[in-house]
Amino acid sequence: MPQGPEPTRSGQRDSGRSDVDEWGRSERVRALARRIYGPVYSRWFRTEWEGLDKIPDAGGALLVGNHAGAIPNDAPVIMHGIETELGRPVYGLADYFFRSIPVIGTLWSRAGGVSARPDNAYRLLRDQGQLALVFPEGTKGPSKPYSDRYQLRRFGRGGFVEIAMRAGVPVVPIAIVGSEETMPVLWQVPRIARALGMPYFPVTANVLVMGPIGAIVPFPAKLRLRVLEPVTFDVEVDQDRYPKSKVMEESERIRQTMQAALYDMLSHRHSIWFG
Amino acid sequence: MGRRVLVTGADTYWGGRMIQALEADAEIDVLVGLGTSAPAVTFERAEFVRADQTYSILNRIVHATQVDTVLHTFMIVDSAGAPARTIHEVNVIGTMNLLAAAGAPSSPVHQVVVKSSSLVYGSTERDPATFTEETPRAHAPRSVVERSLVEAEGMVRDFAEDNPSMLVATLRFADTLGSDIVTSISKNLSRPMCPSVFGFDPLVQFVEEDDVVRALEFVTQHRLAGTYNVAGDGRLPWSDVAAICGTRLLPLPPIHPSFAVAPLVLLGIFDFPPELEALLRYGRGMDTSRLVAAGFEYHCSSASAVQRFARSLHQRKSPRRRSAGDVCERNVEQLFRHSRSVACTSDRDVSAGRAPPPRP
Repeated sequence: MPQGPEPTRSGQRDSGRSDVDEWGRSERVRALARRIYGPVYSRWFRTEWEGLDKIPDAGGALLVGNHAGAIPNDAPVIMHGIETELGRPVYGLADYFFRSIPVIGTLWSRAGGVSARPDNAYRLLRDQGQLALVFPEGTKGPSKPYSDRYQLRRFGRGGFVEIAMRAGVPVVPIAIVGSEETMPVLWQVPRIARALGMPYFPVTANVLVMGPIGAIVPFPAKLRLRVLEPVTFDVEVDQDRYPKSKVMEESERIRQTMQAALYDMLSHRHSIWFG
Repeated sequence: MGRRVLVTGADTYWGGRMIQALEADAEIDVLVGLGTSAPAVTFERAEFVRADQTYSILNRIVHATQVDTVLHTFMIVDSAGAPARTIHEVNVIGTMNLLAAAGAPSSPVHQVVVKSSSLVYGSTERDPATFTEETPRAHAPRSVVERSLVEAEGMVRDFAEDNPSMLVATLRFADTLGSDIVTSISKNLSRPMCPSVFGFDPLVQFVEEDDVVRALEFVTQHRLAGTYNVAGDGRLPWSDVAAICGTRLLPLPPIHPSFAVAPLVLLGIFDFPPELEALLRYGRGMDTSRLVAAGFEYHCSSASAVQRFARSLHQRKSPRRRSAGDVCERNVEQLFRHSRSVACTSDRDVSAGRAPPPRP
């Protein structure tokens, strides 16, 4: 027997080896991701925040942002920014599709990704008082063509409002300018997307300018983020269902506030690259 | 008046453990064990009855023994080695006959406790990270064992609805590890190489075997009804589990791993039932607050269950330990207790001294 009476390695440890929490997030992996992403965040995109103090220091809150760029940089930028500035972990909610991809699914989960299921969001927000980030536009945001930049898509079916109502947490909208220009989508190739089982397959300006490496390298557009006034809901928490009219009304109001903020930020922007 | 308890699967590991645990309970007057073959452990005072695996004669046994509590431990939750037909017969038909007997008119049964498994939740990319008892199953079961458990639990639910005065408890146990229980997972972890799916490192949750027995005992003694998740606190990545157990991961291709692993399964190098493939991709976690709120205390977290298992693995592998001695001793004990050839009665008393009431 090759294993023989050799002592197991558990002898030296008192608990598990890694620091993975119940969502699969590992603080060690996050720290590494922050080290790697730090220069991208501060040098490449020269990210600047406005109104970071509106994000609660404690307790649950649902952060919602506008989603843009073929490979969206908004999620890592928001997660990185809040974790370094406020020292609070952020869980990024995204399509469960990620979970089924080998390697990427595991890395995504270790870096704080959680599949966007109502049960998951509720547990994060209500039971654990964490910050969760969601893009209500879903894949409709990053897949839209460059000509439609900064035009917010439909906010799904308002599920994010319903979850915030049920969990009794505020929705904190975040408007991001610059993300559209990091990786503009010129056109779509639905046939390849279907063949690969991907939600969309874009041809980006990055690929035309930089060649194959452009598939993953974004343009160094200046990123500005503005945290808008948190929205609280005057409803009973923990209900099984909320009136759809109320949910859609709140969802639409948040969408319009964000759209207005985007237009305002764009009107003050002098240059795509320098802000 | 004391309680009268019937335990199914008395010849299986869990039935045997439950009978041994309940024998120490002074409140229980009568303990009947039901099994399909001779039990592997010796019982101090429980009566053993042999039945076929679908329990078709159960009605008469329940009537004759007038049991008020049925503890249904005989559910197959590990499909490795069990043919699909057997799984269906045991889990679905067995449970059906059991519930039919317990719910018959003028049946003496007040309480039914069912040992189920977290397999009823399944494990896919669409599932939430944590299942509560209320989480509905999001997709149709894919493996035979899952399908049979979902079906059996459905019958238990209907039974509880049809018999509102009956206390019906369903316990959904996470994957079990411990010093004695043998499962596909424990067999894999005890070998030098253990399967994983390339690119996936799922979070898994375990429950220690003693906690399984204690939870079933707790629910029986406290007369609880309802569905309860039972799992140790916390989760750990499969790679950590393998590292703690001192085994190396052999990543299988993510596309159709069961095909790639089939030759290794035939050679007995791996155990790879279909439900394990799903677990090794997406893992499974359960919220256990309901049973804790009812007053149950776990002795082991998921991580300490793995560590205990790893320690016992080490002991099992060390060359000194031999179980043959135990078997011999048991046979001698049996001889002392029951055989007419034992002439000296003091020997019989010494050995029977450990049993609370002497056998009639």
